[in-house]
Amino acid sequence: MRKKALLTVFKDTIPVLTGYLFLGAGFGILLGESGYGIGWAFFMSLFMFAGSGQYLAVNLLATHASLISSAIATLLVNARHIFYGISLIETYQDAGKKKPYMIFALTDETYSLVTQNQPPEGISRNQYCFLVSLFDHIYWIAGCVLGNIAGSTLPINFEGVEFVLTALFVTMFVEQWLTHKDHRPAIIGLGSTVICLLIFGRELFLIPAMAVIALLLTISRKTGRRVTDA
Amino acid sequence: MPELHSVLIIVVATLVTMATRFLPFLVFGKGKKTPDMIVYLGKVLPCAIMGMLVIYCLKDISFLTAPYGIPELIGCAVVALLHLWKRNTLLSIGVGTVFYMLLVQLVF
Repeated sequence: MRKKALLTVFKDTIPVLTGYLFLGAGFGILLGESGYGIGWAFFMSLFMFAGSGQYLAVNLLATHASLISSAIATLLVNARHIFYGISLIETYQDAGKKKPYMIFALTDETYSLVTQNQPPEGISRNQYCFLVSLFDHIYWIAGCVLGNIAGSTLPINFEGVEFVLTALFVTMFVEQWLTHKDHRPAIIGLGSTVICLLIFGRELFLIPAMAVIALLLTISRKTGRRVTDA
Repeated sequence: MPELHSVLIIVVATLVTMATRFLPFLVFGKGKKTPDMIVYLGKVLPCAIMGMLVIYCLKDISFLTAPYGIPELIGCAVVALLHLWKRNTLLSIGVGTVFYMLLVQLVF
């Protein structure tokens, strides 16, 4: 039964496997081109485990950025993780010893899988979330290290494969749309982000977008209540 | 020492990343009752976040220069329609991605 559960976790994470191998490899190649070898690729993917964060870090390393600007730039890119924690406080409450690791490994992709998928028979929700986190982490490390070793010598044309992660989020968006009757949160998320991207530009839009989303969701809760009360 | 500075950049980036992941659990975890507002946000955020992440993935598209984001928009439409039709996650993602790769390699 345990084996079957592991197979289900593997099947659920195949899109992430594909995405992480290629995105990780992209990172490994870039890092190599900046003069940092396999040890750097391994430890960065092991400890940091953040896609956009690591791509940003290559840039920071290459330009010898100051520590303050490194901290601010990373915060701008990764602040979205705060939302993931907020929506998993209840779910991860009883995860016990595995909890710190599960929080540490909470990437966009892991988040979208653990909030959407039901655990297979034979394992608990927490075990499922833990295994998804662990599998995704291993895929990511493998991708980063392999990319760093192979460099840009890969013979096949994989251009466009990074779209797999966009496709994952589009699928999860549609899936959420089909499962929930109230479509306001989905529209608020999509709309606020588009508007903030247009106003603030691609470097700065994420934190304002999060603020607007939190504000609008709060307002929509109040109006929603009034409708139910009436 | 450029090596040391590089290590420090990575340490800082790692600590900031971890702070963003651990913060909510540190603030609201510890056995205290989670405020109603946060419980509510926790329920509605996943829907909103998926919308945010889709846009986040598309943020680097330039709509003013060729190919004007057309392959990405077609790719997203294929994934969404396929998922509305068959509701099979791997199928939607797999076919959508291959379709996008063909678009950027052969058409655009």
